[in-house]
Amino acid sequence: MKRFVLSLLAIFVFLFSTACSPASSSEGAASNSSANYIENKGSDTIVNLALAWAEKYQAEHPEVRISVTGGGSGTGIASLINKTVDIANASRQIKDEELSEAKSNGVDPVEHIIARDAIAVIVNPENPVSQLTLKQISDIYSGKISNWSEVGGDDRPIVRLSRETNSGTHVYFLETVLRLGSKEDKTLFSMDTLLLPSSEGIVAEVRQNPNAIGYDGLGYVPKDLKMIAIAKEAGGAYVLPSIATVNDKTYPIARDLYMYTNGEPTGIIKTYLDWILSSEAQQIVADLGFVPVSPDSSS
Amino acid sequence: MEKSLNWREFVITRLVKASGYSAILFVALIFFFLVREGIPTFAETSLSSLLSIRWYPIEDHFGILPLITGSLVVTIGAGLVAVPLGLGTAVYISEIAPRWMREILKPLVELLGGLPSVVLGFLGILLLSPFLRVFLNLPTGLTALTGSLLLGGIAVPTVVSVAEDALDAVPRSYREGAWALGATRWQTIWRVTFPAARSGVLTAVMLGVGRAIGETMTVMMVTGNAPVLAVKLGSLFSPVRTMTATIAAEMGEVAGGSTHYHVLFFIGMVLFLISLGVNIAASSVVFRTKKRAERILS
Repeated sequence: MKRFVLSLLAIFVFLFSTACSPASSSEGAASNSSANYIENKGSDTIVNLALAWAEKYQAEHPEVRISVTGGGSGTGIASLINKTVDIANASRQIKDEELSEAKSNGVDPVEHIIARDAIAVIVNPENPVSQLTLKQISDIYSGKISNWSEVGGDDRPIVRLSRETNSGTHVYFLETVLRLGSKEDKTLFSMDTLLLPSSEGIVAEVRQNPNAIGYDGLGYVPKDLKMIAIAKEAGGAYVLPSIATVNDKTYPIARDLYMYTNGEPTGIIKTYLDWILSSEAQQIVADLGFVPVSPDSSS
Repeated sequence: MEKSLNWREFVITRLVKASGYSAILFVALIFFFLVREGIPTFAETSLSSLLSIRWYPIEDHFGILPLITGSLVVTIGAGLVAVPLGLGTAVYISEIAPRWMREILKPLVELLGGLPSVVLGFLGILLLSPFLRVFLNLPTGLTALTGSLLLGGIAVPTVVSVAEDALDAVPRSYREGAWALGATRWQTIWRVTFPAARSGVLTAVMLGVGRAIGETMTVMMVTGNAPVLAVKLGSLFSPVRTMTATIAAEMGEVAGGSTHYHVLFFIGMVLFLISLGVNIAASSVVFRTKKRAERILS
């Protein structure tokens, strides 16, 4: 019994002593420039792109380590305000409340546009509807239109799918489509809109449910799903989303994707952000289904 | 020799007592933390705002009623699935199944209990929800019913394990007495064994329901997360949003100290109080039953 207790004690002492060995780098992400470690967090729309960039960059610059996580634009910006990340990914602009919160925390968010994205509105391949106006989509999502027959489809109830409220895609859709860009409009999503936690959830439901309509970034919509051609006004041209239509601004629901840093970037973060705007990195943007931004048009 | 024995006794008794009290201490600390972070809600939003029916936190709509009703609908549904199925299985395993069948069934049920809830949620999205949509002709398969069925499946192993142990613990003499008086097998089970194991069975049901109300991942994936007030019968066949899924989905994005943050902790408090209420109600019944039984036996 005594030997057992002594050996148990010895094991515990050993375990605690290993915890006391000097830690290599991660002593709080605020001290990022000391270690060659970049923390990148935020938008789930950008996360695949950020991961591809991080892998490519680390392959060429093995002395830098980049960690990428998702969680939504809101999460990324909140982390930037809490000073726990170096770069926050956001698929929407920072809100005024977040900006004032940052200022009161001593954080100065600087915006960088790193790519462009189109929001594709998707329906089940069996659905006969293939074009809608922006107003019709707004009415569908706010609850004014509830049956596909009202927009030229079959007599089926409309099941509205959306991303969760912490998603930048959600907020962008609310401002641009539901409220048609007007700041005074207070229209909200219909109460029975399904808020699915991931793009995969939306895609899976739209793929097998003929009543469903959903939206997501162009890079996340698989080729076998039917995208709706959208007209800005009734009587306008119906446009499908693609790199061309986003760049010449004919597709009405396109947006910039942002990375926010605390203050102007310096050191390895600046090198990384400069590399992201290079043609090599922008080629990855195109490969993943987003729209590349050229260095001189980043406004 | 006597003295060292007493010293060891003393230490062990105190250690065991401390472990017992520490359980109460941890629960109290958790509740205190929830209250500390949740109480500022009342300072920042009004009670009428909290009791409204629209939950849209990014625009300051903090109506938690849809979330509460969502959790209740899914839990009641899960209970309706898990309790008959679980108790029936427990009765079968302990009373009716032959020994060889019991050796196979018990481990299999435990195995079902070990299935991660995320896996069940995944199966729910891909298999159960399309099936329900077609079978019941619903607009979408992501409903409270899907959540209830999966949660019932998750709660069943818990109910079966505990109830089966309770039924096993009933002394053989009870059953033999009933058989001697000419009771059939079913009469023995329903009127003698089951009531005798009542406290254990109630514990089993309570644990199962507690498991269901706290389940997060599965409901987040299959109930659709639409914050609709679920009070009609048809709400079972529509999407709902539970309190647990709300906390899980939104906790990541809140800035610490904001109103949204406090409201989420308030929801956690409500969840805690509901579980506490269920536990207190069940244990009061259990203790009351014991007292009466003690009086009869003595």
